Amino acid sequence: MRPSTRASVFAELAAVADAPPPARWRRLYRREVLRRMSVRLGVALIGAVVAMALFGPAIAPHDPFAVSGGSLVAPSAAHPMGTDALGRDVLSGLLYGARTSVVIAGGVALIAFACGTTIGMLAGYRGGWVDDALMRTTELFQVIPRFFFVVVTIALFGPGLGRMVLVIGLTSWPTLARVVRGEVIAMRDLDFIRAAEAAGATATRIARRQLLPNVLPSVVVVLGLLIGQVLLLEATLGFLGLGDPGAISWGTMAAQAQGFLRVAWWLALFPGLAITLTVIGVNLLADAFSSARTVDSRGR
Amino acid sequence: MIVIVAIGFLLIHLAPGDPVLALAGEHGDAAYYAFMRSRFGLDESIPRQLAIYLGRVTTGDLGFSYVYGRATLGVIAERIPATLLLTGSALVLSILVAIPLGAAGAARPHGTRDLGINALALGLYSTPAFWIGQLAVLGLSLRLGIFPVQGMTSAGSSATGWLRAWDVARHLALPAMVLAAQELAVLVRVTRSTLLEELSREHVRAARAKGLSRRQALLRHALPRALLPVVTIVGARVGHIVAGAAIVEIIFGWPGMGRLLLASLQSRDTPILLGLFLVVSLTVVLANLLSDLLHAAIDPRIRLR
Repeated sequence: MRPSTRASVFAELAAVADAPPPARWRRLYRREVLRRMSVRLGVALIGAVVAMALFGPAIAPHDPFAVSGGSLVAPSAAHPMGTDALGRDVLSGLLYGARTSVVIAGGVALIAFACGTTIGMLAGYRGGWVDDALMRTTELFQVIPRFFFVVVTIALFGPGLGRMVLVIGLTSWPTLARVVRGEVIAMRDLDFIRAAEAAGATATRIARRQLLPNVLPSVVVVLGLLIGQVLLLEATLGFLGLGDPGAISWGTMAAQAQGFLRVAWWLALFPGLAITLTVIGVNLLADAFSSARTVDSRGR
Repeated sequence: MIVIVAIGFLLIHLAPGDPVLALAGEHGDAAYYAFMRSRFGLDESIPRQLAIYLGRVTTGDLGFSYVYGRATLGVIAERIPATLLLTGSALVLSILVAIPLGAAGAARPHGTRDLGINALALGLYSTPAFWIGQLAVLGLSLRLGIFPVQGMTSAGSSATGWLRAWDVARHLALPAMVLAAQELAVLVRVTRSTLLEELSREHVRAARAKGLSRRQALLRHALPRALLPVVTIVGARVGHIVAGAAIVEIIFGWPGMGRLLLASLQSRDTPILLGLFLVVSLTVVLANLLSDLLHAAIDPRIRLR
């Protein structure tokens, strides 16, 4: 009297194996919920900053360069974030400043993307002396202390938005190049690359059609983390008085607060908060993206 | 290293602006300009200046500060102890706090404690150092008056011995904590993720199988191995730490290299700027080397060739 077939035993075993202990199951569930929440939060924060950059000047209550109230007025209905020492509206400054942050982050990401993927793919795919030469150069750039290099360069050449993007961009690609190179080396002997080569595809075509789409997910993660750092660096440069004098930057606003810490807390609070929330948003998205990827690749 | 020196040198010569003009004023007479130029060797051709400069750097001569009128190396060297004290204490502080926090998070991944620690690390990692500094000054120094706001010693203090040490320590506390905050964030994340990786390995399972508790297995078998990457990360982040120290020094009026950087920026004192850049670059290179050596010393699997 043994009704259980082999298949049904397997089904029973599978059911037992699939049911994780409740505590662990709860944790996994919570992790999933949190991941979705953090993605939503990240998208909301970044969306807000981009919206500020696009429409800030249209919705700003005052002209951020013009005197619109008394000097150092505490937050009120007319000035939700108060005014600075010259009587300029802080909220309007923040709205205008978003544009600076977005332009710099975007510009640096573009330069880093162009240099990093090109150098990484070239080094990884060609190998040999090309790889050696490119990697030695990359290491050289990696050793240069970026902060001091950028500070000294901007100080010598004078501040400017374009210059800042260029200098930060040209010192930001090494990590990306190394990641891309590693991925390309891992896949250059795989069948689909061999097939493309056999079909007579040129190296450029392989790089564009085969390699690039496959490295893109890692590139997005590295760029995300990079953008977070760049926003902090830009704010710090502004704080040191090295920001573009023609553009409002959150870092510059925070620097102006330094002299009035005793009397005007709002000057220090809001620009710093804006920077922090933006960077948190970027990092949340980069983290979520990278954890989603590792889970995918493990097949879970 | 030589290439870095050359890059720094060329950078300064590509830049617009003339140190002689800045020093002697816009309206001096031509003879005085010429005298200043030959005194600082600025009348030679650029490749020749570069060659002379490279030769001097190798003997430790970083040139003459235009502003201080003294050897650059000396001006920088007297700022190093203060910066070293600040970065050193911040580093020790962040390591001492980060490793227990990372371990506590990894002990129960995705538990409530882990989530809190993660959120804290993400927040600190995303905050500009100057903002933490400003908030700390606002809250702890100005509101509550717990810590002094500025400087390394109290104004007019002539205390010596232990009293002086106590005075310095009181001034050091806040800047060191602010500087430690960001390193803390990075170290917590690294400790946690490497520890999680170690915990899923065979040797930890073996330790559990022989009857150790989760806690013992974590502390005795997983943690020591997870500390290896931490050593590497600390070495690789020396550049960031010094950069962070510069900001913190400016906020808290700490008399180290960061203050010197700001002052030299404002007075266009290029030999000092270049010297600072070189000193920091050299430190970064040495720190990388040191952490590699340390890694090899701790990890028996690595043999130096």
